[in-house]
Amino acid sequence: MLTQPRVEPRFDYDAAAPRRLARAAADLATGLRRWRLAAALAWLDIRNRYRGSVLGPFWLTLSTAILLGGLGVLYSALFHETLRSYLPFLAVSIITWNLISQVVTDATTTLILAEGMIRQLPLPYATHALRSVFRNVIVAAHNLPLIALVLAFSGVWPGPGALLAVPGFALLCINAFAASLLLGMLCARFRDLPQIVASVMQLAFFMTPILWKPEALGPRAVWLLLDPFYVIMQVVRGPLLGAGAPAPIWLAAGAYTAALAALSFGFFARFRSRIAFWV
Amino acid sequence: MARILAERLDIDFPLYHVGARSLKKRLLAGAGMRLRTDETNRVVVAALRDLSFRIDGGERVALIGPNGAGKTTLLRTLAGLYTPVQGRLVVEGEIGSLIDPSAGIDPNSTGRENIRLRCLLRGINESAARDMTEEIGAFSGLGQFLDVPIRAYSAGMAVRLSFAIATMIAPQIPLMDEWLSAGDAEFQLRVQERLLRLVTGADILVIATHNLEIARAWCTRAIRLEGGRIVADGPAEAVVAAAEAAAIA
Repeated sequence: MLTQPRVEPRFDYDAAAPRRLARAAADLATGLRRWRLAAALAWLDIRNRYRGSVLGPFWLTLSTAILLGGLGVLYSALFHETLRSYLPFLAVSIITWNLISQVVTDATTTLILAEGMIRQLPLPYATHALRSVFRNVIVAAHNLPLIALVLAFSGVWPGPGALLAVPGFALLCINAFAASLLLGMLCARFRDLPQIVASVMQLAFFMTPILWKPEALGPRAVWLLLDPFYVIMQVVRGPLLGAGAPAPIWLAAGAYTAALAALSFGFFARFRSRIAFWV
Repeated sequence: MARILAERLDIDFPLYHVGARSLKKRLLAGAGMRLRTDETNRVVVAALRDLSFRIDGGERVALIGPNGAGKTTLLRTLAGLYTPVQGRLVVEGEIGSLIDPSAGIDPNSTGRENIRLRCLLRGINESAARDMTEEIGAFSGLGQFLDVPIRAYSAGMAVRLSFAIATMIAPQIPLMDEWLSAGDAEFQLRVQERLLRLVTGADILVIATHNLEIARAWCTRAIRLEGGRIVADGPAEAVVAAAEAAAIA
């Protein structure tokens, strides 16, 4: 039997020449290549969170359904709309917003909660961020039947244009990953940030067209392009409701994604080596 | 052949979430301590200072020294978990960390699920993972308990499983924090037999230990750390003898 020559891994770190960009890129590449690990950890999180519960994550489906019922009746009356025309908008809005908001909230603890692993196992940091994204996407997926149900109830058929929600969702996921990495790091270093993030998200919920429709602003709706939450939400929501999203929205969504990804990567490259000391 | 090379290695632990003010006052009192403030006025613990050594293939190195000497920090640095602030570290060969055998074990998952999780953590593919599960099941003697969540295990069973998982692959460079031991007398024999294979099969062993007998029995070389610095480095016998003499004096 032939003995294969062992591939000798070589680790070379010189503090005088840290090669930060290359190491950060390698971390991301390894983390993404080993997505199965992140997915397995995400499943584990969900399973452990709902251990012993009969409905499990479907509790979320149920509570979203109740929320939609209540808010739908109240706000369609407040906005002088019929339930049938308001409910699809509300359902897609709330479910997308819950995903965004939960991703951001979880992002603040991506690395803090992974402290045990960071101190014991040499894993790419990207794995922890990816785990958080996977977990929230899986949870949000439990709400998909609700969207189908509401669209059927209202007789809205978005048509083939709904497929554009796929690239929209991809943009959302890239933002989620970048935010998990960036906020994960910032919040590990500055422990006051999670509270600040929580209040920002609360404000964003009311400032962003989630309960109210963007058309309500009239000509001033153009200012909404400055709200990244709205823009990212709209590239998913627009196609799903059959209205699509206009070009400026797509452009803005691409720009915000690129900016967040660049900021996140820059910060990651600069401070990656400090994370183990922050958590 | 594996090789480890460290040149003037420094590791600092910044203390972020403590009252730096009161600490600073105390720092001013005692000069030359390991706590100091850096250029941005943070309090840092100088965990490792100016370490230079070279470990070649075939060497078995014991890290000895009192609590807080920096032994575990050095192990974690070798494992690539901590990045040095100064100096250079070259590791040729595949590191296997046995620093904490129970790291990454999920108490809510069954033994089988934990084995699969660990394989994923180590980047081992599915088919190898299946073989590994068989092997670990046989070695740990857990039998049908492999399908029971770890939280229902006795303490001894949990230790058996984590030992079996941690040692399932023999790495080129195992890093150990204290000599591993697990289970009852009968299992202990199997543990010793496996550790013997692991140690003799390895290119380099680095073990941090307070047990000087272990250092004598297993290691060719000992590095004694104190206050984050190397105070002695040489053949195990000589360094251990000097450490014992220092402890008595």
